[in-house]
Amino acid sequence: MNALRARAEETAPPAPDETPRDKPVVALRQVSKRFSNGTLAVKDCSLAVERQSFVSLLGPSGCGKSTVLRMIAGLGEPSAGVIDWPSATYDAAGQPMRDLGFVFQEPTLMPWATALKNVMLPLKLAHVAKSEAVARAREALASVGLAGFENAYPRELSGGMKMRVSIARAIVTRPSILLMDEPFAALDEITRFKLNNDLLELWQRQRFTVIFVTHSVFESVYLSERIVVMAARPGRVASDMTIEAPYPRDEAFRTSTLYADLCRRTSHALGEAIAA
Amino acid sequence: MTTIEVTSLHGTDAEIIEVPRERRVLGLPASFWPKILAPLAIGLVVLAVWEAVVRLNHIPVYILPGPILIAQTLVRDWDTLSTSLWVTLEITFMALTVAVALGVFISVLFSQSKWVELSFFPYAVILQVTPIVAIAPLIIIYVSDIRIALLICAWIVAFFPILSNTTLGLNSADHNLINLFQLYGASRGQVLRHLRLPAAMPYFLGGLRISGGLSLIGAIVAEFVAGTGGRASGLAYRILESGYQLQIPRMFAALLLISLTGIVIFLVLSLISHLCLRKWHESAIRREN
Repeated sequence: MNALRARAEETAPPAPDETPRDKPVVALRQVSKRFSNGTLAVKDCSLAVERQSFVSLLGPSGCGKSTVLRMIAGLGEPSAGVIDWPSATYDAAGQPMRDLGFVFQEPTLMPWATALKNVMLPLKLAHVAKSEAVARAREALASVGLAGFENAYPRELSGGMKMRVSIARAIVTRPSILLMDEPFAALDEITRFKLNNDLLELWQRQRFTVIFVTHSVFESVYLSERIVVMAARPGRVASDMTIEAPYPRDEAFRTSTLYADLCRRTSHALGEAIAA
Repeated sequence: MTTIEVTSLHGTDAEIIEVPRERRVLGLPASFWPKILAPLAIGLVVLAVWEAVVRLNHIPVYILPGPILIAQTLVRDWDTLSTSLWVTLEITFMALTVAVALGVFISVLFSQSKWVELSFFPYAVILQVTPIVAIAPLIIIYVSDIRIALLICAWIVAFFPILSNTTLGLNSADHNLINLFQLYGASRGQVLRHLRLPAAMPYFLGGLRISGGLSLIGAIVAEFVAGTGGRASGLAYRILESGYQLQIPRMFAALLLISLTGIVIFLVLSLISHLCLRKWHESAIRREN
């Protein structure tokens, strides 16, 4: 198995940076999910996500995009198929050591804890020494623009700031993969644009892999290198498109004809997926 | 006004939060004083009318004593009454302590296993719905130590609100937060300590406030049923005794002490609740609009 993979790497074209980008960080093979009430939420979904890439799962509600994300996170096992972590190490129980962060649609913060304590949570659960946990949590808060808000309670923060805390908590463990489940859907458009920009900057700086679930064509085109369009009933992959636009992307890109053209094509693909 | 400002990564615009500070009078918020003064004024008026009615109509002391006489009796009989107060307080607090310890412990057990909860919760309900007056005589017969019998009666009354509220609270943790803990491979102990227990705190404190008053009521009811005399008997017995002796002013004085005790217990528990929740829970925070 390892030998096979090594040979595949040799024959692959050289990667632009040191770590090979062509080796998937996670690969879903023929994954299906049937809920206990009998609903087939996801059917035969195959998807390989390359290291350090920014992939969006785009689809109408009920297409199983969140379910796919949750299965990748280990929240709920697939009913059929395999989720493979080619480069992950496995723990004693044979479970892959998923090195990931997760951002929910709601900020999902503990209301009784300060921003700092909320961000420290993953480190605390991993028994990281307190002084180190505090330093790393401060650093994570600063990286999402919340330096100085360490002692604020969630209720004292605006919706956008709460979401920043949630992102800081997801990246504090320095995960190699960040899973985001419609993180900005509940925010107003101005805040969402700003968080889009900040997320892209963070991603370019820290180079983790992002799998981003959204139902917004515009958001997915603005952010992603690749968009996987999903169709509903049962949830499946309808089309897989690459967004050929250079980074960094900024407000100029948002108003460019290239962006408009990409949005039109993506919208068309989504329309086909919904009609299918 | 305190203004906190955050600059985003791009530093273009800022999100601003304003924290208003309130004017203070004699060290307390200005809005706090009417809450004290208004009921106090009503109380004084009622007492004055009461005293006047008693005096003008020459109502005999053994039917209705005036508030001044009751206050005098309270001072005169303070030795006997305070001893009885301590007896009642002791039972009340022991019952409340046991109710809190057992209530929290059992609700944690419930939260760890749905089966344990399903099997045992109905019996906790039976304990709650059976009137304490009806089972107190039995308990007093079976338990030879009268103090322990009284304690058990008061505990039965105080136990259920803690158990049911804390159980509800432990099960009320945000599902996404539970997912998050699972994602980071948290152990059961970690989920309990860092998530379920803090989430249950407001519910537990709500139950505690109810149980504080109930444990006093439980203790008093049990004392009435037990009816034991002697020096080491509680306020309820003082009321019974004064009734037999037609010492109506002392009856009122004992009643007054019971009410005051109940109010103090409620205030202390409310204060504890406020101090625990004031940083984060909606119930302890004033609406800002």
